[in-house]
Amino acid sequence: MIEARGLSKRFGDVLAVDDLTFDVQAGLVTGFLGPNGSGKSTTMAMIMGLDHPNAGTVTIGGRRYHDLRWPLREVGGLLEARAIHPGRSARTHLASLAIYNDIPVSRVDFVLDQVGLSDVASKRVGKFSLGMGQRLGIAAALLGDPAVILLDEPVNGLDPEGIRWMRTLCKSLAAEGRTVFISSHLMAEMALTADQLVVIGKGRLIAEMSVADFVARSSTKSFLARVGSPDAFVGAVRAIGGDVVTNADGTMTVTGVDAVGIGDAALAARVAIYELSAQASLEDAFMELTGATVEYRGVA
Amino acid sequence: MSANPVSERTFVVDEPQGRAGLRQAIPAEWTKFWSVRSTAWSLFALIVATIGLGVLSTHALHSQPGGVPDPMRRIFVGFNLGQFAIGVLGVLFISAEYGTGQIRSTLSVMPRRPVVVAAKAIVMGAVGLVVGEVLAFVTFFVGDSMLAGTPSHVAFGSPGVLRVLIDSGLYLALLGLIGLGIATVLHNSAGSIATLAGAVLILTLLVSAMPKAIIDAVSRYLPANIGSTVFALRPPGRFQDVPVFSASVGLAVLALYAIILLGAGCYLMIRRDT
Repeated sequence: MIEARGLSKRFGDVLAVDDLTFDVQAGLVTGFLGPNGSGKSTTMAMIMGLDHPNAGTVTIGGRRYHDLRWPLREVGGLLEARAIHPGRSARTHLASLAIYNDIPVSRVDFVLDQVGLSDVASKRVGKFSLGMGQRLGIAAALLGDPAVILLDEPVNGLDPEGIRWMRTLCKSLAAEGRTVFISSHLMAEMALTADQLVVIGKGRLIAEMSVADFVARSSTKSFLARVGSPDAFVGAVRAIGGDVVTNADGTMTVTGVDAVGIGDAALAARVAIYELSAQASLEDAFMELTGATVEYRGVA
Repeated sequence: MSANPVSERTFVVDEPQGRAGLRQAIPAEWTKFWSVRSTAWSLFALIVATIGLGVLSTHALHSQPGGVPDPMRRIFVGFNLGQFAIGVLGVLFISAEYGTGQIRSTLSVMPRRPVVVAAKAIVMGAVGLVVGEVLAFVTFFVGDSMLAGTPSHVAFGSPGVLRVLIDSGLYLALLGLIGLGIATVLHNSAGSIATLAGAVLILTLLVSAMPKAIIDAVSRYLPANIGSTVFALRPPGRFQDVPVFSASVGLAVLALYAIILLGAGCYLMIRRDT
């Protein structure tokens, strides 16, 4: 259980984190979502006692990170920037962390195996790819079998197989009753992995809710439809104020009306509906919520 | 709808008594110290500088028919360079952590900064002392054996010799700690090495070019000048009319530098973000 209360952090003139209050519960995967530069990594660093808040507190199981008796046995953290000396082997790096918290060195080979790095355990970390570096960081987070796991952008640099592995790992860690807090700027990934969301923009809390509620809150809802007679369907939907786009595969994307409206219009026009599914995405909901808070925007 | 959190499980069944501290930090830092290549390179440079230069210097004394007044100075000439090598080793022990981001891993397993700094200082001090003493004795016996049969030969038992050997090892250990202290304050490898070179080499040259009043006031506090007294049976001739510390007071001054730097470094690490 992580509790942030009024957490604020200023870097010069920039208020990187602004009065952030949220809870992260045990037994769930909580996604920490926000555009780049929104203060996610700074918040993670404050949870782990690396950055000092200008105001507010953040505690883990009621205690500040600094006061944890065996930090690695209580909290496992993966920080965004690689935080490993490139000259050591993966095994030596993990062993030095284990010794710091009286963790049996047998755990080192166990977690290396768990993240799939056993074959390169003796290789210098500097030679690792980005994805291997991420896996090593995750191995370090798992080393002390902690009840709380913090991962900052864990899927960065992972290949599709790695992303899938990461997703399964997070879910199983939460299913074991652990507190799992993962930051990401990728909404689609969070939709698949997280149960709960903490959304921030420009350092401020925008939303704290379940993934399902977050999506439901989105107003830009669209439907995917497969129908018997497309032309009649388009006319019927447009007649009730909706908009229809025909996709390359012959399906239709309908916006501006709800499912009941679409069904009734199709029935009235005697058009058979073979498939109708809501397409509201976390991505849409996210863009809508954070639209005003994006720090760096590209020019289209 | 909101997913139901399962009941909070505790994962602390096998958690040991007490809390992580120096007892864990010292062996962990010991492992880290020996598992990077820069350690081996710095120690190699240190051995070459001390023993190698000592041999070259004493070899040259063979052709000196009358002998020299203080042959110990010639045997230990390499220590003037070696002090820089061990200082760099001390710098890199912590600056490399800041340079690579490793420090964030370190502070996440041991959030109490003074424990990390103390463990590093104990490892660095112990290694510096053992390596320094071994090098002092080896340098002496190798260098002195080159002088066998010449008027410059020093008997191991002659007064002051054992003092030079023990103090020279101690001097190297303290320079390692001063290097560690500088980098604990500055964090940056290049800046710390430049500062170390400035304090050990450049400042000494600079002060020696100053008016007499400044030389008299400052000289004795400079590490290299303390070294000149430590590595010899008598203070060098250029200090004839300049006040110098005795070897043991000089070493105490160096120890004070190390303590101040390490203390300031701890304070800054506690205050600063990482």
